[in-house]
Formats: sequence, structure tokens, C-alpha cells
Amino acid sequence: MSVRWLVYTSMLYAAGCTRLEPAAPAADTLLDGPVEGLSHEEHLRFLRGDVAFNDDVFHAGNGLGPVFVATRCGSCHAGDGPGHPSTTLVRYGQADAGGNTYLHLGGPQLQHRALPGVQPEALPAGAPSSRFLPPLNTGLGFLDAVPDADLLLWADEHDADGDGISGRPNRVERKTYSPLRAGTSELNGQVMGRFGRKSAVYDLLQQTANAYTQDIGVVNAFEPVDPDTHEAQDPEVPTATVHDVVFYLRTLKAPVQRDRDDADVIAGEAVFQAIGCGKCHRAELTTGTSSIAALAHRTIRPFTDLLMHDMGPGLDDGYTEGSASSAEWRTPALWGLGLFPDSQGGSYFLLHDGRAHSIGEAIDLHGGEGQGARDAYQALPAADRDKLLRFLQSL
Amino acid sequence: MRPALALFAVLCAGTAVAQIDSTLLVAPSAPDSTAPKLNMDAVYNRPFLTFDKIPVSLGGYVEAKVQHLGTDGVSDGTSFALQRMTLFVASSIHRRIKFLSEIELEEGGKEIAIEFAALDLEFHPLLNLRGGIVMNPIGAFNQNHDGPKWEFNDRPLMAVQMLAATWSNVGFGVHGKRSSGPWTFGYEAYLTNGFDASIIGNGADRTSLPAAKDNAERFTESSNGMPLTNAKVALRHQRFGEIGVSTMGGVYNRFQVDGLVLDKRRRVDVIAIDVNSAIKPWGTNLIGEWAWVMVDVPATYTQQYGSAQHGGFLDIVQPLHTGTILGFADAVLNLAVRGEYLDWNVGTFRETDTRIGDEVWAIVPAISFRPVPGTVLRLNYRHERAVDVLGNPPSVTGGVQFGVSSYF
Repeated sequence: MSVRWLVYTSMLYAAGCTRLEPAAPAADTLLDGPVEGLSHEEHLRFLRGDVAFNDDVFHAGNGLGPVFVATRCGSCHAGDGPGHPSTTLVRYGQADAGGNTYLHLGGPQLQHRALPGVQPEALPAGAPSSRFLPPLNTGLGFLDAVPDADLLLWADEHDADGDGISGRPNRVERKTYSPLRAGTSELNGQVMGRFGRKSAVYDLLQQTANAYTQDIGVVNAFEPVDPDTHEAQDPEVPTATVHDVVFYLRTLKAPVQRDRDDADVIAGEAVFQAIGCGKCHRAELTTGTSSIAALAHRTIRPFTDLLMHDMGPGLDDGYTEGSASSAEWRTPALWGLGLFPDSQGGSYFLLHDGRAHSIGEAIDLHGGEGQGARDAYQALPAADRDKLLRFLQSL
Repeated sequence: MRPALALFAVLCAGTAVAQIDSTLLVAPSAPDSTAPKLNMDAVYNRPFLTFDKIPVSLGGYVEAKVQHLGTDGVSDGTSFALQRMTLFVASSIHRRIKFLSEIELEEGGKEIAIEFAALDLEFHPLLNLRGGIVMNPIGAFNQNHDGPKWEFNDRPLMAVQMLAATWSNVGFGVHGKRSSGPWTFGYEAYLTNGFDASIIGNGADRTSLPAAKDNAERFTESSNGMPLTNAKVALRHQRFGEIGVSTMGGVYNRFQVDGLVLDKRRRVDVIAIDVNSAIKPWGTNLIGEWAWVMVDVPATYTQQYGSAQHGGFLDIVQPLHTGTILGFADAVLNLAVRGEYLDWNVGTFRETDTRIGDEVWAIVPAISFRPVPGTVLRLNYRHERAVDVLGNPPSVTGGVQFGVSSYF
């Protein structure tokens, strides 16, 4: 033996380094990551929000609960994708546009988990309720930047064109802490909701502040009322952190479609449009002005119209929010659909409560305004149906 | 009673060897594989420096590494670390009264811990009283963790991230050892302070026994007044090696305050098996350990915190060359590999009846060079796959590590 082994060892180490490290997954296989075009300062803020969203874990020692749904933001949105049945939450207390009648009993959200020694909330007997699967996070900033006026062009509350589709906005009260978005459509003092399964949330600040309090039991300057005591408390998370999380959610990239040039995918999209899916799942939207330059005036392909649609009795849980009926649901964006299993433990859990375990099953469960497209889908030749599913999996 | 008496008679029939072997308190020497030492003897099975006319022995070890790791294409770059520097101070107060302490400075002094500071009183080779800060005998690594003894830069995941190595507590107990022919039997049993509720409420967002290490008050008082019970038995045969079985358990939560009952008493229990053997014809050493953790987690708490964990590791160390290397007369060049696995949350989701993830496995091939027995240079390649609680596609970590560790 000689010094040769030392030389070999050094060479091995030198040859190692980056080349021996695992390669990055392709960007179009991931839902998370920032939008392109952020400034240096915006990137830093994105990273702060990323840490707060995914790494800040709450527990008994730093404000969790005492009743709660989850211990951190990221636990309900793994990889910024949609949630899993183990992370669903229950909303209750409102059956129609008349408002929530169970607020005094803990509504509108059930905190079904609790710190040791504390009793979690129980669903009041007879309360209308629905289970909500946590939605996809990515691309929210783009959806936030689409002008109300563009969406209202597609609204057809009384189905004047007779196509069986009658989308409408969910009119809700704007929280005083939410700044008015440029071009906001107001009607009788109410604004158009945009986020949430029932589109009852005006903006991402309301969504975030509410999630801290209702999901984690962490009160903040915006939503200071503790869901357990129903009393206002000192903030348990800094206001700057809430804003960083909002910024993070706004600047998550839009999912990237894969295999766009594949012949079956192209044909599948044609089928998608031909059978009427695209009447609600609008392929393209264009953003307006935005305080974040990277989000302004961009054409995106989320496959949603962000409007409420009656989905029939099969999906009517008897619970609602805002001015929507209990059978109405906001058209979910379809972008990222093919990657959902990578954040749902390898399976599909689709529709508002995750009851559908495949894309086909989700289509089969469409009713109401979606029934025409569903019937057309079921009548498709097998080859066309496969192409349609191939297209949806490419999103 | 008869089996117990018979066992006692068999044990007493052999050659008595005290747990405290004062011959170990000598200047650095090569490990003696024939001595009847067990993993539980590790605190004394170290090289010490002695001084004339001073009944105190000194020792210690240092451990440093450089690594270049990355996860999913995001490189951490090259990073140097002084993982730990540990000082041993031992004293023979009397032939049958010994004191030993181990003070560890980790991460460049960011964390300073008294890992061991105990007084041993020998009444009989099979009955020694130990009191002070003891390293709980759970598995083998927790006690036998000195860096220079291992061929890998990182400690085993299960030992550090599941069993909280190095897990030390204040307490009292007894230990003893007996040899008979090729057989050596040893035991330890302690009552110590224990875990606290942070094991199911912490920044790791999972059931984590190591979270309790953040509570330095455990060295001055129990979190709930309930002692942690801890016992181990080990059996060694000179030819076949050693097997140890250990258990540790107790109430971890603060179930009452000022007489007011806050919650039921919730237990944490651990069982571990450790083995240490060699394939003599090839000189291959096999070192392995597996442990199970059971925690009473409230059903109304989040499933993120599992009620069961398990994991372990197996090290295979193959000497490639023994002899003079670079002028070191008895140097050894080893090829080694570690396989390790850890599941932080064993079970299924209530909502879907599908398997909960939150697990990691790793494989670590290594080359180590020992110019002298107490000094090791080691080159590792680490490949690790970690799955989140939902079982989504794993994050992959990999890269090269080079480090040194030595007794001094």
C-alpha cells in the first residue's frame, strides 16, 4: 500500500460532489415552485412564505388549537397539491343563502381534532354540513389577477342562451381587512367570491387568515377570535408572516401541461371541447393588472370559469356558503390534474370531498349543469374517451 | 423461584468480572476482542490517559466531516462540520467506587451536554449501584456511540431520530456482569427521569422521542413525577457475538397539575434488539439494531403523530487489508456498507385504510482507514429516500461525505 490510495480517495471525492447527487425532477412533474419573472426581493419573500407555509409547525407550545384541523399549512397541501381524505375539513351550519345559523355553536368549521386533554368540537345534531378536500394551491395568484369583468362575461344566471349552463358569481361580504381589488364587481355592497369550494372567499388574505384560525387554531391580527373560546385573543402568528404566506400563495407557479404535442392529447382536448366540458372548465383566462409584475397580463390555461354551477342532487350535501345554493360549486381548475396523485399518496381523490377515485368517476358524478357533458362523455366511443382522459392527465 | 435461583447459581459459577473494569482505565491500547466486554461497557471501554499520583483519567474523542449532499437536484454544496468533541473524565475513588463523566460539545459548541456523569459502587460483580446522569441502555448505539468506533460519518437514523441517541437522564439503577467460559452475561436496570409531552407536539410534526432532549430540566426534575423504567440484558459468546434485548417505558405526559387531572396517563414504550457478530473466516463484522416505539397518542389528535414507529440498521464491515499502510504498522483498510430504515408512523389512515408513509431508508457504502485502532478516516456515499406522511413520491438525497474521528 502507498499514498496511491489517498490519491484515489481524493479523486473519488472530487468526482463525487454534484455529479453523485440526485438529479432534479422535471419542472413539469412538480406542482410547487415560484412563477417565472420574480424579482430578487420577490424571490426572497417567496422563500419566507414557503418556510412559513411548509415548515412552521404549530403545537401546544406555540399556539396550536386547542381545537384544530391541522398542525401546519403544508400538511393539508402536500407539495402544494390538493389534499387527502385524512386532511379534509367539515363546514356546517348554512343550508341556503340566508346565512349560517350555527355560528353561536362553533360554525362554520368543525375543529375535529384537539390537543391532549381537550375535547374536539362535535358536529351539532341536525346541522347541514359538507366535507371539503383541501384544494390545489398552485396558480392561485393568476386566478386572483383575472378581472371580475372577464368572469362575469360568462355568467348566465338564468340560462338565457338555453345551453343548460347557468354560471353565476357567489356574492359575499368582503372582510374589512381585505383591500378592494382593482375592477371588483360590487352588487348591493357584496363582492364576487373567488376562492374556496363554494367561492365564498374574496381574496387570498382572507383565505390565509381564516385558515390560520379555523384550520390551525392560530389567531392572528385579521381573524383574532379563537374557535374554541370564541373570544378575541392576541395574535399567535406575526402579521408579516401571514402576508408572506399570502405572497407565497400568489406566486406559486401555474402547473405546466405535459405532452402538449402528443396527438392523443391534442385529440383529447378537441373531444373535451366538443362534448361541452369547456363551457364551465374554460381553457384560457387572461390576467389583468397586478402588484406583482410576473402575474400581470398573462394568458393562463386553468380550465375554470371561477363561477358557481348547480351540479345536481348527487353532489348536493345540503350545506352552502355566501349566496350560493347547496347544489352549487365553483368550477375547480383542472390544471395540475395529472399530478394530483403525487400529492394524494398515489391515488386520486377528486370532487369537493374526494369521493371520486379516478377522473372518469369524477366525470360520471357530474349532474345538474354538468349532466349534458357527462352524458356525452359516457356516450363516447372508447377510443375518444381514452383520448379525453389522456388529455386530462396531461394537465 | 427455582428457575431464578438456578440462573443465579449458573451466573455465580463463572468467573466474576466486575462491571467496572479498572484495567480499562489505562493509556490508549488496542481493542482486546477476547475481553468479556459488552456494548453496555462502552462508557469504560475507551482509551484514557492516566497520571502518576492523580486518581483521575482523561480522554475524549473528536469527530469532523466535510460533505457534499443534495436533495432532488438542489445541492447544499460543500459543508464542513465539527460534529462533536467529547471529553471523558474518570476517577477511581476506591477499587470498587468509580466515577466517570462524558461531556459532549456538539456542532462547534452550540450544544453542550453532560451525556454521562455517574458514580458506580460495586457490591458484587453482579450487583453494582449506579447513580447520576446515565445513558439509558436502549439498544446498543445509545451507549456505544463513540465516533471512532464506527465506519460511517453519520450516526444511524433510527438511533438518532427515533431513539433520541444520545439519550441520557438522571437516575439510579443497578448493573452487573458475569462470565462463564466463552459466555458473558450482563444486565442493567434503571429508574430515571423520562420523556415529556413534546414527543407528540414538536417542530418535527411527527412523534419524536428526540424532541424531549430539548427539555434540559429533565436533568433536575421529572416532567410528571413518573420515572422512566429501563432495562437491558445482553449475552455474548466469544465465537458467535453478542445479542442484547432492552426495553424502556413510562408515562410521558403531564397528566395532572396541582392535583387537577388534565388527561389520562399516556405511556411511551420502546423495545430494542441489538446484535454484534463476526464471520470469523473472513473477518467480516456485522453490527445491527432494530427498535420499536409505541406511544399512546390521543385518538382525537392528528394522525401526523404516529402511535407506533420502528426502524433499524445493519452495518457490514469487511477489512480489506491489514498491515503497514503509510508507515502505520497495524493499519486497517475497510470496505463497509450500512443499510438503514425508519418508519416514523406505522399504521393506516382512518379515512382510507391505506398505509401511512413518513418513512426513510438509506444505503451508505463506505471506505474507512484506521491507521491505529482509535483513529478512523472514512469516505461515505449516502443515498437516502424519504417519503412524506401521505406516501407521495420520495425526496432523494445523495452525496459524498468524508470525515475523521479519533480518540485522544
